[in-house]
Amino acid sequence: MCACFVKSLSLSHFRSHRLTRLKLDSRPVVFHGANGAGKTNILEAVSLLSPGRGLRRAGVEEFGRRPESLGWKIKADIDVSGRAHELETTAEPGQARTVRVDGKSRPQIALGRIVRIVWLVPAMDRIWLEGAEGRRRFLDRMTMSFMPEHAEAVLAYDKAMRERNRLLKDMVRDAHWYQVLERQMGDSGAAIMSNRNATLERLAKAQTGAETAFPAADLSIEHPNGVLLTSAGHLTDLLESGRQADLRAGRTLIGPHRVDMRGVFTQKGVPAEQCSTGEQKALLISLVLANARSLAEDTGAAPLILLDEVAAHLDSIRRRALYDEICGLGAQAWMTGTGAELFTDLGDRAQVFKVVEGQAGSEVRQ
Amino acid sequence: MMARLPGLGPRSARRAVLFLIKKRSILLGPLADAMRQVADTARECLNCGNIGTTDICEICRSEKRGNGELCVVEDVADLWAMERSGVFKGRYHVLGGTLSALDAVGPDELRIPKLVDRVKSEEIQEVILALNATVDGQTTAHYIAEQLEGGVRVTSLAQGVPIGGELDYLDDGTISAALRARKSV
Ligand SMILES: Nc1ncnc2c1ncn2[C@@H]1O[C@H](COP(=O)(O)OP(=O)(O)OP(=O)(O)O)[C@@H](O)[C@H]1O
Ligand SMILES: [Mg+2]
Ligand SMILES: [Zn+2]
Repeated sequence: MCACFVKSLSLSHFRSHRLTRLKLDSRPVVFHGANGAGKTNILEAVSLLSPGRGLRRAGVEEFGRRPESLGWKIKADIDVSGRAHELETTAEPGQARTVRVDGKSRPQIALGRIVRIVWLVPAMDRIWLEGAEGRRRFLDRMTMSFMPEHAEAVLAYDKAMRERNRLLKDMVRDAHWYQVLERQMGDSGAAIMSNRNATLERLAKAQTGAETAFPAADLSIEHPNGVLLTSAGHLTDLLESGRQADLRAGRTLIGPHRVDMRGVFTQKGVPAEQCSTGEQKALLISLVLANARSLAEDTGAAPLILLDEVAAHLDSIRRRALYDEICGLGAQAWMTGTGAELFTDLGDRAQVFKVVEGQAGSEVRQ
Repeated sequence: MMARLPGLGPRSARRAVLFLIKKRSILLGPLADAMRQVADTARECLNCGNIGTTDICEICRSEKRGNGELCVVEDVADLWAMERSGVFKGRYHVLGGTLSALDAVGPDELRIPKLVDRVKSEEIQEVILALNATVDGQTTAHYIAEQLEGGVRVTSLAQGVPIGGELDYLDDGTISAALRARKSV
């Protein structure tokens, strides 16, 4: 099976890491060490090899190592199905993050076409209980892993909506101005919705008949106003006819930015938000694995999978099953945990590193 | 001061300044004189927004350029890029930006009412929208097309222009190809 993996990674002045260099092969990567050692920071650095703000959704100014705050750099040599790429992302103090692919300066969005990355972090544990925004973001991340161009549709939609919201707030009456923005929102919004629907279909397909120890989840999309948003013309019309109500509200009340994703524990027929804590986590793991399986089938290579503190929350049977599934996919999964014993079942199927907090920042040892 | 210039970061600005100081007599002196002259004489054309040394620029004064074609561009750099390619023989209208409610740039700031007037007073037959293929550029293009609807033929440059690619960065061949393959909007 082909693989997508990081061959070498270097972090300079990134969070707690002053200079950390790793040489890797295609096997899963494990980091263990005490709280605050700098494990999650390494996974965050890898997540920045995809477009966006990374797995903590942090601002670019948070990444630079304090107290120096000199700016930071992440460099990775990756292998995607036998092809080598050099990725570099960096920011000077007070500046935006820039990206270089194979030595050439590129927009951030270009990263999504080179390497697919999916992740699960502890902050997502309450995703089924909290607001729709987190679920939408989870869905959009999965969608981008399948369709990198989804990022462009999301950016275009957001931009047009923020413009329209400003017109609404300022009570601007120029109908032509609204019309051009609404048409843009209609086009990009319909693309967003059809991408999301395609993603749900792929996930459903990847879950049926799959041999996995994790419970299947049925996903569906819902709009608070109960409307379907899959045609550009229809969405544009809805925005136009909703303009008066939107003017009163001072913002856009209908659109893909308002939809919610519902999850159901398939086998039991129980809504995700009513499942036990452990079941909710298992559903997320199941979706991330389904996402990875489907990508492996599509692109020929499993994505990079970042699993922050996932092992610690599983009983030993589930943990072993997770390791077997990851290895079966041939995925380079990046995992963290406080104790090395969590990963003994992996044996030499993984590359294990110990992370410690040293004098000059985080240190990583074989 | 130099670091505030577009395209120059603090580091490259420092390098440029040090270089200029080293070459004080052959570079810095003449550059300072040229800058002084530009500061004294450069002005925006009251008609089209081009930069020249007179109230009405050369292109607007030239009878030959009054051929009924008007090319709308975002900024003066785009106008110069079109001129460099030498394929366009009509006049220009420089918007000075794109529509952006968030940046408080509306139709008036972009002199769109002036554009509508010019189409009538200069007997324009075709307005060519040569705006960047960015989201903002396209919003602005559609807006202008709506404003001019009915009165005149409105076309836009062919979409050989890459998304996010700005006119100013395109080579002459690409610009002339895009102009030849323009289509109605
Ligand atoms: N910009 C920064 N500069 C310097 N240190 C930072 C910066 N941002 C975060 N840190 C520090 O990095 C350290 C390691 O964080 P990280 O989240 O990687 O720990 P961890 O090994 O995952 O710990 P845990 O097991 O508790 O999750 C923390 O002590 C944090 O204070
Ligand atoms: Mg951590
Ligand atoms: Zn002029």
